[in-house]
Amino acid sequence: MKLKLKIWRQKSVEMEGSLVDYQLADVSPDSSFLEMLDLLNEQMISEGEEPVAFDHDCREGICGTCSLTINGIPHGPQKATTTCQLHMRHFRDGETIVIEPFRARPFPVISDLIVDRAAFDGIVQIGGFITARTGSAPDGNAIPISKGVADKSMDAAACIGCGACVAACKNASAMLFVGAKVAHLNLLPQGAAEKDRRVLSMVSQMDRAGFGNCTNFGECSAVCPKEIPLDVIAKMNRDYATASLKNIFSQVG
Amino acid sequence: MNLDAKIPEGPLAEKWDNHKFRIKLVNPANRRKYRVIVVGSGLAGGSAAATLGELGYNVECFCYQDSPRRAHSIAAQGGINASKNYQNDGDSAYRLFYDTIKGGDYRSREANVYRLAQLSGNIIDQCVAQGVPFAREYGGLLANRSFGGAQVSRTFYARGQTGQQLLLGAYSALSRQIGLGQVKMHNRHEMLDLVLVDGHAKGIVTRNLVNGRIESWSADAVILATGGYSNVFFLSTNAAGCNVTAAFRAYKQGAGFANPCYTQIHPTCIPQAGDHQSKLTLMSESLRNDGRVWVPKKAEDCGKDPRKIAENERDYYLERKYPSFGNLAPRDISSRSAKEACDDGRGVGPGGRGVYLDFTDAISRLGRSTIEERYGNLFEMYERITGENAYERPMRIYPALHYTMGGLWVDYNLQSTIPGCFVLGEANYSDHGANRLGASALMQGLADGYFIIPYTIANYLAEAGAGAPSTEAREFKETESRVEEKLGLLLGINGKRSARSFHMELGKIVWEHCGMGRNAAGLQKALELIPDLKEEFWSNLKVTGKDEELNIELERAGRVADFLEFGELLVRDALDRDESCGGHFREEHQTEEGEAIRNDEKFTNVSVWEYQGEKAPPVKHKEELKFENVSLSVRSYK
Repeated sequence: MKLKLKIWRQKSVEMEGSLVDYQLADVSPDSSFLEMLDLLNEQMISEGEEPVAFDHDCREGICGTCSLTINGIPHGPQKATTTCQLHMRHFRDGETIVIEPFRARPFPVISDLIVDRAAFDGIVQIGGFITARTGSAPDGNAIPISKGVADKSMDAAACIGCGACVAACKNASAMLFVGAKVAHLNLLPQGAAEKDRRVLSMVSQMDRAGFGNCTNFGECSAVCPKEIPLDVIAKMNRDYATASLKNIFSQVG
Repeated sequence: MNLDAKIPEGPLAEKWDNHKFRIKLVNPANRRKYRVIVVGSGLAGGSAAATLGELGYNVECFCYQDSPRRAHSIAAQGGINASKNYQNDGDSAYRLFYDTIKGGDYRSREANVYRLAQLSGNIIDQCVAQGVPFAREYGGLLANRSFGGAQVSRTFYARGQTGQQLLLGAYSALSRQIGLGQVKMHNRHEMLDLVLVDGHAKGIVTRNLVNGRIESWSADAVILATGGYSNVFFLSTNAAGCNVTAAFRAYKQGAGFANPCYTQIHPTCIPQAGDHQSKLTLMSESLRNDGRVWVPKKAEDCGKDPRKIAENERDYYLERKYPSFGNLAPRDISSRSAKEACDDGRGVGPGGRGVYLDFTDAISRLGRSTIEERYGNLFEMYERITGENAYERPMRIYPALHYTMGGLWVDYNLQSTIPGCFVLGEANYSDHGANRLGASALMQGLADGYFIIPYTIANYLAEAGAGAPSTEAREFKETESRVEEKLGLLLGINGKRSARSFHMELGKIVWEHCGMGRNAAGLQKALELIPDLKEEFWSNLKVTGKDEELNIELERAGRVADFLEFGELLVRDALDRDESCGGHFREEHQTEEGEAIRNDEKFTNVSVWEYQGEKAPPVKHKEELKFENVSLSVRSYK
């Protein structure tokens, strides 16, 4: 395959970036999208140019590192597929492909296609956990959990933290990411003790980090490579409302 | 080199308890006076950093990824073993210990393996408490599945993504400590050297991958949890960034490297599609329960549509060669048989490196919906990568590297031969011998991090006393300049070939001569080829960009430079170990049926390599393995 590529090049966070045109030939339709970029980079190195920097690691769709916006869609055109699992057979010979970083104010560009998603870690650090000191756990079967609840919790826990949901949202909302973590932990009996604290602190940190509000378009779930359902946002909103009310009454009471 | 394993006295089942009582503690008020460095944030590093933080130590944790949640433990699929005996099927710590020793082909240390089995249950409890959503039965209790090499159901799992869920559990505990300020996390930092002060590990030198800054970090002890070295083969199931650099730099500073030749190959991976390939993807071995493995009888049929090859023109070679086990022959045997068929010119798919795994019979026997129910997600993944529908035409599979049992030598306390330098998880060699059983890697990583190192490091810290040196000390400055000098050398070669091209070539050499089957002639050949390639690397490498900026090529070049040297060590060890055991198969030592023949008289020991500088070959030391509880037998699964 032959391809025309328009790739976002940006030297560093302080500098301006722009789309640069590249031509690439002899791309195997069986190669992955990132292997296509590997080929481009090898070509650029042999010409003494600086290769395109992009984030990637496991290349099997689970680590959540890869993060490209392809023709305007985070992770590209194939449903439920991360960039690293997207293969070139889904593109046409001679096609022009626009490749940009995940764009969102809370995800500043570090270089070329690499963005800083540390804001996600910050939200988890403030409440995305169950306090369970090592060594203090009761037997694993001490608290039975019905299969339905465990399955639902697992559906939410499947989030890979890639940030496509934020990049797809015109408000740069992180509600799907935060909702998934809140739902995963708040659904479980082990997470009940910190349920209110968790949702209140995570939501306020999400706001502080500059993520926007949800306006129910559902773009986040549509691009999510793990198909996290919008229900998790509803669950988070319910838990948030309950926790806030409890707070008000405890202050009054 | 002192290889005292420090195995505690007493009966096997009491060693760990005795040891925990005898070793020194650091009292809670004093813990804040100590600083510990943890390199790596996977299951072993993440769990260690979180737990040491909870105990009150000051922890500095480093990872090369953009977040600790992305470490490659995340990609483990199958599950985690624990001898809970929840199924009432006769499991016990002793049985898990026995299965692991036998599975490792009698090349691991009894006391370490028994401790691992003992702690396995605590890991499950800990993970459940953290909110790991393990699979459950309708009654609400934890579900189990069975796995290779065991006759009991002891594997706990969270769909096909157990590694992800366990890692997110450790990551959440770590995140809590980061939020509390007890752990300082350094993402996008790569350890480039270990710093020794008076012979003790007291710090590391890192490169900040965003701005290229070289920095020193000092501590009272250093923990390496930096994973395995499968990527020396270039193509493996490891993540693109996985590398041997941290472990190898520790080796160069005096840490013994144990059994580098113990590597494990997984038989059911998706074959390479072409030279563009950057990694291989593993598919669960369960596929072999219903698929039949075959290649065409005649080489000229290899290009044909497999559906048009008549039944009598197919060679179901596993069923032919191993009638009792058939398509379920053990991992190593079925891997080697695939290679033999392909070497015979009868491989299928790109490059002739693949064999068919055919579900036609199973679909006509059980119906498509049953197969879809059992393996739907795997068929989907296969189609995503290859573009082929495996319900309609046979899958193509080929073996790939996916785990390394060798690693830095450690004693019972998980301390390397350098005092103060501890090694956890896949980076150490300790528990799996010459072959690891399925669902045991996650168990080992978490046992090391949650339940072993918090005790054993205290003993070292209490003896050494608090007081991390200043990073202004001579030892730090010297290490920094050595690191900077090496980066400068890499940037200054200004040749013609990319680091990636050298890595690919190295991978081909190691895979060809030190992969599934090894023999003296091939290994000697590799020992000639690798130094030549290394020489070309240092005279014809091209690294673009500069040092003081984000530079993906410089990162890669540094890792490849270490892989080139490490590859030689791997081959040397494989040549030296003149026996077949577990994942190390020397073609000279096999039965007529292709089973491995060990040489217990000569090789019931750990080979530990000591670095001797650039000019001299490394020296081998031996730790003899004593089996007081199990008797050595032929590993047979017939």
